[in-house]
Amino acid sequence: MFTFVPRDKVSKNWVIVGPLVSIFFTIFFGLLIFTFLGYDPLETLYQVFMSPFSRIDRISDIFVKACPLIIIGCGLMLCFRANIWNIGAEGQFIMGALLAGSFALLFPDVETKFLLLIMLVIGFIGGALWAFIPAILKTKLNVNEILVSLMLVYVAMLFIDFIVRGPLRDPMSFGFPLTKPYPEGALINKIPFPGIGFLGQLHYGILIILLLIPLSWIFINKTLGGFKITVLGSAPKASKFAGFKENSITTTVLLLSGGLAGVAGVVEVSANMGQLQPEVSFGYGFTAIIVAFLGRLNPVGIFFAGITIATVKLGADNAQMAMGIPKVVTGLFEGILLFFLLTGETLQKYQIKWNKVK
Amino acid sequence: MANRKELDILFKATKISKSFGDFKANIDIDISIKKGEIHALLGENGAGKSTLVKIFYGVLKPDFGTIEVNNHIVNISSPKSARDNGIGMVFQHFSLFPALTVAENIFIALDKKIIFKNLISEISSLSKEWELFIDPMRLVSELSVGEQQRVEIIRCLMQNPKLLIMDEPTSVLTPQEIENLFKILKRLSSSGCSILYISHKLEEIIELADQVTILKSGKCVSTLNAKTTSTKELAETMVGKKIIKLKKSSVIDNSKNVALEVINLNKIKDNNFGITLKNINLKINYGEILGVAGIAGNGQIELMEMLSGEAICENNDEILLDNIPIGATNITSRRKLGIEPIPEERTLHATVPNLAMNHNTFLTYYYKYQNTKNFFSNFLINPQNSLEESNKIIKDNDVRCPEPNPLANQLSGGNLQKFILGRSMANDPKVAIFSQPTWGVDIGAATSIRQKLLNLSQKGKAIILISQDLEEIFELSDKVCVINNGVLSDILSVNEMSASDVGLLMGANVNNLKKSEIL
Repeated sequence: MFTFVPRDKVSKNWVIVGPLVSIFFTIFFGLLIFTFLGYDPLETLYQVFMSPFSRIDRISDIFVKACPLIIIGCGLMLCFRANIWNIGAEGQFIMGALLAGSFALLFPDVETKFLLLIMLVIGFIGGALWAFIPAILKTKLNVNEILVSLMLVYVAMLFIDFIVRGPLRDPMSFGFPLTKPYPEGALINKIPFPGIGFLGQLHYGILIILLLIPLSWIFINKTLGGFKITVLGSAPKASKFAGFKENSITTTVLLLSGGLAGVAGVVEVSANMGQLQPEVSFGYGFTAIIVAFLGRLNPVGIFFAGITIATVKLGADNAQMAMGIPKVVTGLFEGILLFFLLTGETLQKYQIKWNKVK
Repeated sequence: MANRKELDILFKATKISKSFGDFKANIDIDISIKKGEIHALLGENGAGKSTLVKIFYGVLKPDFGTIEVNNHIVNISSPKSARDNGIGMVFQHFSLFPALTVAENIFIALDKKIIFKNLISEISSLSKEWELFIDPMRLVSELSVGEQQRVEIIRCLMQNPKLLIMDEPTSVLTPQEIENLFKILKRLSSSGCSILYISHKLEEIIELADQVTILKSGKCVSTLNAKTTSTKELAETMVGKKIIKLKKSSVIDNSKNVALEVINLNKIKDNNFGITLKNINLKINYGEILGVAGIAGNGQIELMEMLSGEAICENNDEILLDNIPIGATNITSRRKLGIEPIPEERTLHATVPNLAMNHNTFLTYYYKYQNTKNFFSNFLINPQNSLEESNKIIKDNDVRCPEPNPLANQLSGGNLQKFILGRSMANDPKVAIFSQPTWGVDIGAATSIRQKLLNLSQKGKAIILISQDLEEIFELSDKVCVINNGVLSDILSVNEMSASDVGLLMGANVNNLKKSEIL
């Protein structure tokens, strides 16, 4: 048998070297698997890791793809730091997008971007309300938030499906399950660069990231609220000892993370779709869980983790298009990457000891 | 004759030793159990009882020592090999699946292969034979605690054990269930099955056991004949007679003002492992140390929670500070009023291990920022401000740090405790409540902490000292009481109580905690 024994002190060098070693192992095993499946391993690696950086518009697409991941990840960071397991950001994303979108469709002719600002607020409220359900069940009845938040994802998916096929379907959509297009005031525009024009799909939504990362860094490191979250997450008894109210912290982090997921939903739809459709998210809410952990529950880390995951996702798409590698294979590769990154993190904190069975 | 005696011995353990790191849980323990004997194992919490029986049942491996069954040395490497050698064990916390039936629970734990239908009839016949009445088809979740224990016992009996180990079996039972259990155990022993019975309840042992082995600090102190001994003798042996009476200069002065008073405090347990506090009354004057003795798990944690304000009383007037009701106030308000709790767990409760000392200082005095002129400062943490405060605490209390402003988990236990004490005292409290203040610290640090307590009381602070360490209680306290299963005994002056009185109260049946009745 072997047991994990906590290390006395985590080496600071390993915090940097660890992920590099993990990536090395990922590449090594990736090469093995691609070779074994009969693909050119170097070409595959190029497609997955390098091709997203090969053109400037592709680079900007990384940011577009990373944008919702980073927004949701910053919210989830608060939950996970408090040891509250919100697994339902996907549902909160959908509900935020749905509520804000329904609001926008009430004003078909509005052109002012003020509408968009209101939509962001409504999206926040929509996501927060969806996260309030697990919050109230946990604090009042001690129901496990993992199960409730996860199951509500499927409720949200079916609900948006129903709304888009039913009440809000555009009569002119020729039977497609789509709503009417958003009014001009509800859209997030692409950023025009003087002399260059648009860079891929790069839109103003990424400004939210630029705002969110410093704000959430200040919140967790410099404010009493962030301090309470850290204390509750690392030592619940100490938080009781300090007189912090566990239930209100739990509710707050769930509302904030739900709200941010809702905002991400608004950004995604307003920037990239321009109307509601049955599928507004492509697993962003779930992928953001990985982003939050990969970023070590730290806003700056989450930024880079979001970029990394977005790169691999886009790279996987490229590999599929250029080489016909099925999505499951690249999914497997993503799995290997995560496995080694998380193993590396665990081994930084723990050492393995073997106990001989006599 | 000697040879004949040897033959009677069923189970013999010689020089059993077990260490966990530096901590010696068992030191050279000898124990021998005759066939059909009920052998009690007595000792305070932490005396090494559980470690010892876990070794006997193969859950732990001893560092040294041998175990003989029927005069043959055996190697008990796992619970299965213990069962193969005829040793069965009923744990304090049962290991049953609530969602399965009685028969299914027994079936999955069985070593031998048996057809399920035959098993049911076997269970029925066993339960009839031993009057352990239980329906094999009932779900475990529907059973009372006493019935669940019967399932555990039947499970052991299925293996035809020669030795049955029972770890604190009565701690969860009602008096009627206890009576039943004793009948069964006596019948078992008269049929030739030996029983090793672990308890700290003196009366039970006198009633039930033939022999009693007493452990203290991991050592075997003595083996007595339970039929000829008294609860008084057991208590003295268990606690140890050498009580150092380090008398303080202060004379007990009845004219002192009452600092804290608890009146008819009741608190129903939060969960199955908690203890319900019943009708707690206590009164402490300024300048006094009140020692609360008791074996761990008898309501100390709950009492501490109620006094500190981590849990809030139902009625505001259940706790009075300077005659003002404060029962319904929370821990932060009570800190502001001058009540400082110092919990038993230094890390994870009194401090956060992965936070730096300045943040750990901030932990309990962040409220000092509130209502200041600058509105925003209420929401921000000020590392510089709390750093000054924490450096002052570290300096004033001689806390040895490996580096400036280290993380809490970089400090040794004794130094961390000094910091925690200093942090509380920086708030200049009226009442300080200590829970096991010297638990797990080295002798040097313990002495300095005890001296600090004495100094505080001489400065006029009221101090409540909740401790399992009777020597500590007698060394420091002016008044003593005992907590036992959520009931607090009468409070008596330390001169009116002896160590064996306290030992008796600690092991007594809960219904009579009046000293006059029990002693």
